[in-house]
Amino acid sequence: MADRITLRVTRYRPESDTEPTAQEYDIPLRKEWVVLDGLNHIKDHLDGTLSYRWSCRMGVCGSCGMIVNGEPKLTCATFLKEYAPGPIRIEPLSNFPIVRDLVVDIGDFMRKLPRVKPWLIRSEQERPAKEEHLQLPAEREEYEQFSMCINCMLCYSACPVYALDQDFLGPAAIALAQRYNLDSRDQGSAERMDVLSSADGIWACTFVGECSAVCPKDVDPAGAIQRYKFTAAMDALKTLLLPRGAR
Amino acid sequence: MEPFLWLLFSAGGVVSALLVPALLFLFGLALPLGWVTPDYTHLSAVLGHPATRVVLLGLCVLALFHWAHRFRYALYDGLQLKHLDRVINLLCYGGALAGSAAAGLLLLT
Repeated sequence: MADRITLRVTRYRPESDTEPTAQEYDIPLRKEWVVLDGLNHIKDHLDGTLSYRWSCRMGVCGSCGMIVNGEPKLTCATFLKEYAPGPIRIEPLSNFPIVRDLVVDIGDFMRKLPRVKPWLIRSEQERPAKEEHLQLPAEREEYEQFSMCINCMLCYSACPVYALDQDFLGPAAIALAQRYNLDSRDQGSAERMDVLSSADGIWACTFVGECSAVCPKDVDPAGAIQRYKFTAAMDALKTLLLPRGAR
Repeated sequence: MEPFLWLLFSAGGVVSALLVPALLFLFGLALPLGWVTPDYTHLSAVLGHPATRVVLLGLCVLALFHWAHRFRYALYDGLQLKHLDRVINLLCYGGALAGSAAAGLLLLT
């Protein structure tokens, strides 16, 4: 294994650049280094002006998502040696406006997320619980994989529908809605339905499945969306066929 | 409307995946190549039975609506023609309806 590798990093400085350009950095190639270690090496030793987001270095915070050689990846979980001998292209996540260098503006997602009410909703008539709401292991399994989402935006970056139509609610927001819809302690699925089953919600998804392919936490948002399509379609059928009292 | 179109798409995908390969294998390969030699009077009776005709009509209708939905999104997203949505919807679902009517005429009369 060679002991150096080149990172071809996207630079964009809004005060001086009209469009993003690429800059190459030659860094040490160590077998235990992930792409993020390479970027930190650049920042610490070669070019302190490079901007990118990171925090936990262990696949929990969801901050360090970038496009590595054309694929959305968490850079803290992507080893440099997998791309040897390089060069490796490091670009900001696609489908989001670039703020600076590798930093993107995820405000669109942050505005969409609360619309699906991703929290436990209980009936307003109910008195506050005196003890915890119990849940069987099987009931927890129903939603557990959707609760693994770390909002890293790799799924939005990979989604070809979101690339064409930014009004699409998107994979993570829908998977997070399902995380609560499928929770036995939640009573809010009716409140989430209007947003989820709108034209910009689940119905915009054409089941390409890239979101699930790139998810670093194995969440399967595409599965969540397909499952919810069936729920919403059955609900629409019931509304059409059954009298009001029997729904 | 979208939930109902998706249900037709979804049902069409399932029945097509289950039935079309079997039918193609039987009537496209096995019978013409003589791998199986059926009793033709029996086969004719099975194919002429109203229940068979209704099942085949169901397959045709659902498969056509599956095509319509998929082709609509192929035009919307693949060719990025979403601004022509009215024409595309008319072409796709209208085509599926016309095809269904033709299948109905052939199978039920």
